[in-house]
Amino acid sequence: MAGDFWQRFRKNRLAVAGLAVVVLLFVLSFLAPWISPYDAGAIDLKSILQPPSAKHPLGTDPLGRDVLSRMIWGAGISLKVGFVATGIAIVIGTLLGAAAGYYGRWVDALIMRFVDIMLCFPTFFLILAVIAFLEPSIWNIMIIIGATGWMGITRLVRADFISLKERDFVLAARAIGASDARIIFRHLLPNAMASILVAATLGVAGAILTESALSFLGIGVQPPTPSWGNMLTAGKDNIDIAWWLSLYPGLAILVTVLGYNLLGEGIRDALDPRLRR
Amino acid sequence: MIRYVSKRLLFMIPLLLGITIICFTVMHLAPGSPTDMETQMNPRASAEAKERLMALYDLDKPLHVQYWLWLKKIAVLDLGTSFSQDRRPVDRKILERLPITILLNLLSMGLILAVAIPLGVLSAVRQDSWFDRLAGIFVFVGFAVPTFWLALLLMILFGVELGWLPISGIRSLNYEYMTPGAALWDLLKHLILPVGLSAFGGLAGLSRYMRSNMLEVIRQDYILTARAKGLRERTVIYKHALRNALLPVITILGLSVPGLIGGSVIFETIFAIPGMGQLFYMSVMSRDYPVVMGILLIGAVLTLLGNLLADVSYALADPRIRVS
Repeated sequence: MAGDFWQRFRKNRLAVAGLAVVVLLFVLSFLAPWISPYDAGAIDLKSILQPPSAKHPLGTDPLGRDVLSRMIWGAGISLKVGFVATGIAIVIGTLLGAAAGYYGRWVDALIMRFVDIMLCFPTFFLILAVIAFLEPSIWNIMIIIGATGWMGITRLVRADFISLKERDFVLAARAIGASDARIIFRHLLPNAMASILVAATLGVAGAILTESALSFLGIGVQPPTPSWGNMLTAGKDNIDIAWWLSLYPGLAILVTVLGYNLLGEGIRDALDPRLRR
Repeated sequence: MIRYVSKRLLFMIPLLLGITIICFTVMHLAPGSPTDMETQMNPRASAEAKERLMALYDLDKPLHVQYWLWLKKIAVLDLGTSFSQDRRPVDRKILERLPITILLNLLSMGLILAVAIPLGVLSAVRQDSWFDRLAGIFVFVGFAVPTFWLALLLMILFGVELGWLPISGIRSLNYEYMTPGAALWDLLKHLILPVGLSAFGGLAGLSRYMRSNMLEVIRQDYILTARAKGLRERTVIYKHALRNALLPVITILGLSVPGLIGGSVIFETIFAIPGMGQLFYMSVMSRDYPVVMGILLIGAVLTLLGNLLADVSYALADPRIRVS
């Protein structure tokens, strides 16, 4: 099964490219202290807003900090936000979806109405409103993005559970007296993992996009912590004099999100070739 | 039809109540509780703001009483008064900014339809051609582009380097002195970037959807019948297939409402457009809680209305929905 999966995945060149991007980002963020040419926070007022040069390959920002170094450090922040936020969304979404799909009836009705209600809110409005009441910090951002992004996963897991729960292996488990918890976590959940994994990969991309938009607006990751989003704020403030501040961090976001999306779609196609669109 | 619409309206009631409960929950994250030591230290929540929050939301009463009193207030659109200097009623502040936001969103919705439908249909009709592949790449990259970044790049290109388009506001300073034609052109020039970018976000999804819809319809028996009786390919595609593939687009449009409204925060902030999104952002930054709550509520209600409108139009367009 795993061998089959890898065989199919490897043939999809785009998916492999996506995987390469993701791996590269991990390596970059772990090696950041050693490979970034400057200290990400080192202010150098003698070289502010320098265009890209041999000394500063991607230029410097209004405080004279090296853009390349800040981008390398920003990679780690993006990964952290993406993974933690998605993790929270996965846990909430899976638990609610499993309960709705397995128990059905009023539990299902209640949870799915809750999903419908949550989907009425423009997600960005909900996130902003919550931030208005809390301090914007990287942890709050991760929790809020996760807590407002679980609805799709709930629907997915519920659908999987509904189609799985009448299958013979579940009926057999019930016949020998397995508890609900055992059936849900040992028998049903492993069979739903494939679609959860795909949703998680695509979810990381979405969370990184949301974080960068929030940080860009000044209500996400707060300076001086470097994030690709808040680096773009400096780009906007200096839009008529320093194009490099706008170009490079956004390019990093684009490539990262593209990487996760390609990886996610690749995993989906390799898990189940019938799902190929 | 009337029965269908009234059924849909009845379904909205629990959703509306749910929306108010979630808003109410968010509100209770507010620094307002007198026993909350953390907020006492919080310099951003002044004593005065706390007092006004107490009065506005009756925070000294038990929770269910608070909720009931608040529900009675919002039922008559009494959203309180703004914390900002002007202290104006929140509903007034929002209503005067709503038209520009709705105008922008309708324009970008129109643009999405005008571009995504031909794109999707042509991709489907010429499946696996170079056009289809190109469109596929465009869509895939479109999903991944942070639109606010694209906005910055286009501002640099068209606003700063080429100087063709203005990059902030919706009017030039001297628009009062322009002829009507020039004033309209001025408005259009201000709207091109924000509307185009806001449409770009929804474009990818709809064109992909249109493509897969069209591919599915083309395989149906009635298309085979149309071909079998010797109709020209053009008639088959653009009359028989397209009409059926277009139907579900109504639903997708309804579903895209929250995304568009949410996106208005970003575009109105970047381009300094005086709409509801910009008001929301400014209120979040200045912790003008009554305005934040008001816009959150109105955003959700607008989404609900968008979905209702989509469902009803679908039922009008497709009799099968009404019966089942």
